Amino acid sequence: MVATAERTETVWRDQIETRVKVAGSGPPVVFFHGAYGLQWDPFLDSLAASHTVYAPEHPGTTPGAPDSLEPLDNLWDLVLYYYELFDALGLDRPAVIGHSFGGMVAAEVAATNPERISKLALIDPIGLWRDDAPVTNWMAVSLSDLPKYLFANPEGPLGQMMSAAIKMEGDEALDAQIQVMWSLACTAKFVWPIPDKGLKKRIHRIKASTLIVWGKQDRIAPPVYAEEFASRIANSRVELIDGAGHLPHLEQLHRVSALITDFLKE
Amino acid sequence: MKISMFHLMPYRDLPDDFEKRYRSVWVDPPFWELTTPEKAGLYYNQTLDELIHAANAGMDGVCVNEHHQNAYGNMPGPNLMGSVLARATAGTDVAIVQMGATLPTTQPPIRVAEEYAMLDCISGGRIVAGMPLGSPMDANYCYGIPPIEQRERYYEAHDLILKAWQAKEVFPFNGKYTQLPMVNLWPRPVQQPHPPVWVPGSGSLSTWDFAAQHDHCYCFLSYFGSQMAKKVMDGFWEFIGTTNRDPNPYRAGFLQLVVVSETDARAEEEYYEHIRYFYDKSLHIATEFAAPPGHQDYRSLVNTMKTQRAGLLGIRDQLPNWKFKDFVENGLVIGGSPATVRDRLSEAIKNLRVGNLMVLLHIGSMPHELTLKNIDLFAREVMPGVRDIWDDEWENRWWPEKLRGKRKLPAQAVAAAAAGGN
Repeated sequence: MVATAERTETVWRDQIETRVKVAGSGPPVVFFHGAYGLQWDPFLDSLAASHTVYAPEHPGTTPGAPDSLEPLDNLWDLVLYYYELFDALGLDRPAVIGHSFGGMVAAEVAATNPERISKLALIDPIGLWRDDAPVTNWMAVSLSDLPKYLFANPEGPLGQMMSAAIKMEGDEALDAQIQVMWSLACTAKFVWPIPDKGLKKRIHRIKASTLIVWGKQDRIAPPVYAEEFASRIANSRVELIDGAGHLPHLEQLHRVSALITDFLKE
Repeated sequence: MKISMFHLMPYRDLPDDFEKRYRSVWVDPPFWELTTPEKAGLYYNQTLDELIHAANAGMDGVCVNEHHQNAYGNMPGPNLMGSVLARATAGTDVAIVQMGATLPTTQPPIRVAEEYAMLDCISGGRIVAGMPLGSPMDANYCYGIPPIEQRERYYEAHDLILKAWQAKEVFPFNGKYTQLPMVNLWPRPVQQPHPPVWVPGSGSLSTWDFAAQHDHCYCFLSYFGSQMAKKVMDGFWEFIGTTNRDPNPYRAGFLQLVVVSETDARAEEEYYEHIRYFYDKSLHIATEFAAPPGHQDYRSLVNTMKTQRAGLLGIRDQLPNWKFKDFVENGLVIGGSPATVRDRLSEAIKNLRVGNLMVLLHIGSMPHELTLKNIDLFAREVMPGVRDIWDDEWENRWWPEKLRGKRKLPAQAVAAAAAGGN
């Protein structure tokens, strides 16, 4: 694992404290995590081999600052907050990668001010809606069923790791579980109860070259959404990943990190 | 004491294997597989008849609440029920306790102020205005409120309703969740400055604080009985001691399951299956529906995860094996002969220091006739033994003012007493 540094930035008139994990060297790339919160993982490790990775924690999910979500009422506030965070980090026009909920945030940030984003990679993003293929409400999935929804192979090492983590006891495990629950709470504010908050009206504004990566066996956001995103973003292409569910960057780590690293270098 | 009959309006005939076949009694149970509109109609009417019977039998109040998409307790519009009850009890001294319309899911919340004012006008000033936060199943899943916003929406709705009842002038309301240009409530409640407000809660410090700040009655609604409630209510009174509020027992309410029969043995015979049904089926709620992240604020989440969870889970795990005696010994149900129930109930009232008691006299699958019997025995044999507690010392400032005095014995009780020769 590469060495990660932690930076804490306070923005939005000093009301929002955000911890950002930073690692690697090279051109900057920002990673927006999904609804379960930020965990530094092997995918970010591999990105850090060629890029400086900035992974901010969604407002409210930084330990010790659970109230940092309060100043943000809606998605508009959240997007503007991220421009302030970019400024604080000295990022003028970074590449941005977003996964799931973070993919929706990345798309919103790229659509609102298209000049701020150089390249965009979306991994199984949410944010669009089709009545014939509804996005699964992940908070309504029982914990024991969760691996089935998240992984192409729920019995694989990642599925087993998750099942074990849910059952773990002890202070450290409890803290981790609280952290996951609070991340779900803080992200749900912007998507509950249906993750369709107007991106469809704004997504055409994205100018950045965009790579859309989707797990073929995603049972949270079905892969039909890959085309929905691609057809609305001018300069985009889709990579469907077999043997992957909602977390293709972890379940097919090598393939997805190679795809995204190559795309960022193009 | 003021003692009201609480009714949930459960579906009474879920299949024996309900909890094995279905994921949850709430949010996603399939209506057409489990019941029919005709049966729903029957149950609504039985519920109303049972509450009206309770009013006539001498209960101080009748109590309904709001829940959605479930077979546990299905009154999506509590004020529809309340309005029937207000009319049917015209001219009596029975309170209409609405426990009530859920604030964060009523949009605009001014609707709650209007409907409660209507009920207060129809009943001639006999309503209690319950102001529930709403369960996660109802508010988040059935009505789509983001869990993390629910409490803030609640506080804002509360402020709007209280102001709408009392303001002398038309006012604009500029809230985060509700904006209204010209609030001018019609009608206004009969009770001035406003009907008594009861705040249901499940033991969180923020709700105690809120109730104390506004001088509202705090109601601990739990199905786990007075012994388990002791810790919570001790905490509540300790908290009240740190404020400038008096320790008036009427500042607190409590809900208790009660079943009465001629003897203890008979009570077990008649009621055990319905108690089982209630805990097995009516409370068969999927965890993910009951506790979506964000429903609790961060500090409460940490507190629940670290301290409360183990205790409650322990009890829940044991329930499937419990017999009647376990339910009564652990206080989840107060049940038995009138003398047993009287003793246990007055002990619970004093232990918890509560003045406003709600009793669940219809439980789970209880049929209509048995419910009427439970109501009659409770009103006739139990109530007289507990109704005077606290009254020599404290005034119930959280009860409709015109009903605060001693209730006349109902005609039925007088007749029964006469027939019994005493």
